[in-house]
Amino acid sequence: MAWFRRSKQNISSDGQKKDIPDGMWTKCPECNEIIHKKLLEQNLFTCIKCNYHFRIGSKEYFKILLDEGTFKEMDKKLRSVDPLGFVDSKKYSTRLDETIKKTGLYDAVRTGTGSINEISVVIACMDFGFIGGSMGSVVGEKIARAIDVALKQKFPLIIISSSGGARMMEGALSLMQLAKTSAKLAQLSDGGVPYISVMTDPTTGGVTASFAMLGDINVAEPAALIGFAGPRVIKQTIGKDLPKGFQRSEFLVEKGFVDLVIHRKEMKDQLTKILHLLLN
Amino acid sequence: MAKVVLEFEKPIIELEQKIEEMRKYADNLDIVDEIEILEKKVDQLRTSIYSNLTRWQRVQLARHPERPYTSDYIHMIVDDFVELHGDRTFGDDKAIVGGFGRLDKETVLILGHQKGRDTKSNLYRNFGMPNPEGYRKALRLMKLAAKFHKPIITLLDTPGAFPGIEAEERGQAEAIARNLFEMSHLPVPIIVVVIGEGASGGALGIGVGNRILMFENSWYSVIAPESCSSILWRSWDYKEQAAEALKLTAPDLVEQGIVDRIVPEPQGGAHRNPDEAGSILKKILLEELRTLKKVKPEKLIEQRIEKFSKMGAWKE
Ligand SMILES: [Zn+2]
Repeated sequence: MAWFRRSKQNISSDGQKKDIPDGMWTKCPECNEIIHKKLLEQNLFTCIKCNYHFRIGSKEYFKILLDEGTFKEMDKKLRSVDPLGFVDSKKYSTRLDETIKKTGLYDAVRTGTGSINEISVVIACMDFGFIGGSMGSVVGEKIARAIDVALKQKFPLIIISSSGGARMMEGALSLMQLAKTSAKLAQLSDGGVPYISVMTDPTTGGVTASFAMLGDINVAEPAALIGFAGPRVIKQTIGKDLPKGFQRSEFLVEKGFVDLVIHRKEMKDQLTKILHLLLN
Repeated sequence: MAKVVLEFEKPIIELEQKIEEMRKYADNLDIVDEIEILEKKVDQLRTSIYSNLTRWQRVQLARHPERPYTSDYIHMIVDDFVELHGDRTFGDDKAIVGGFGRLDKETVLILGHQKGRDTKSNLYRNFGMPNPEGYRKALRLMKLAAKFHKPIITLLDTPGAFPGIEAEERGQAEAIARNLFEMSHLPVPIIVVVIGEGASGGALGIGVGNRILMFENSWYSVIAPESCSSILWRSWDYKEQAAEALKLTAPDLVEQGIVDRIVPEPQGGAHRNPDEAGSILKKILLEELRTLKKVKPEKLIEQRIEKFSKMGAWKE
């Protein structure tokens, strides 16, 4: 119920701060190192000094993981129809139009096929910049269709998550996307097709409580926030400070919910290695 | 007589009390006609109030502290109930109860979220907010039901999965996700009934079925109206608007293609006549089971996955 608080917080302040800023120089929010834009990009948007992972979008992630020129996007223009006619401080339909214009994306996930060191895969990557990476009908449907393709082609599935949770503005329909994507993954699993879930900062709420936690192998970028309830909600509920490192990737490895933490610079090679081990 | 009276119930309860009082004197005084007039009036009042409930008023009815809970329904509708405990890994979560019992002649697994009625029992039941072991207990029991070819009935009534440190440590998200995954391909009939509050992933975690039913005055959505208000309106004061915007009532969810059937409640809500609510539910469950029992196991799975795959609204 509560993961949205986190997402809102991220959209308003936190998210802005961590986005890749314009201008030639960027300051690392973790260690304050000033890094040249070119160097940051060359370093796959991780800090040269402290390894802080900047939040990136699907465009950057596809470039990092996929062999050049192999990405073929699916269902690119699938769009929300504002099924509830939802209005809060502004109309959801207006919010969608504005976000589409601002981001050049149609919703919070992009899906397609491509190859990783010549292994054909179906890949999906979420964009936190699109309404906090929230999952509504479009995200659910695109993931479901991607799973169908993976099952049909027998291509391994990779989903890179980054989300504040389910999208409030589509009410119960958003909630049902948790069941829809999980049910589809059960079919994929019965078909013997591997699925690797890659969790990045942040992966919370309904996305964690569905496809993100259901990988045959769950991996995460370092220090990513991963959880069901957001830290603010938990703090409010129990009225205590949270332990250091709570809900971070390394904590999840320790508790047994993530297989391994992988630095973004090693992600492609590690995924290749895992896929080879599973497939051959 | 109801102990807790909601604001919009007040005029009805007051009139009912008055009629009750007048009845005491009816033998000595000639006031039969007047009682009759008042009874007509209270009937009209009930109809006008309950046919025009706002979404927020329904949320309040769904949370009514005298509303029947999972255990109440279990005892009203099944015989020979044996409650089973524990997830075999960590412990026994008191916020979810479940076990086998007989619905008429047939063995079923029945389980659901369990709230408490007073402070003490609410602390014991954690206000109906499960920890991961609750979902894992539910899954263990559902797999048992599948093993012995018994139908599953789940009753949803929770303000949400518990947001706590230990819940996160033990994988609240994984527990819910795993249930969604596993429930989608269990080879037995699954009937889901929202009996009160269906708050988000905490409710859905035992909510993947072939048939989804909702009591007339229950709610089901991605978030509670208060939390939605605090995030989108940045204040707790817009819960009524949030409830309207979320379209979270039973008729709303039928329209959204999520809920198959509304379980009608006694006039005034299930808390005004729990026994009647129980017998209505029992009758409907028997009907639904009769239909589902004719479906082959692989078809049940196919139909269930297909049902959820269709949910959502988009354009190409
Ligand atoms: Zn740094």
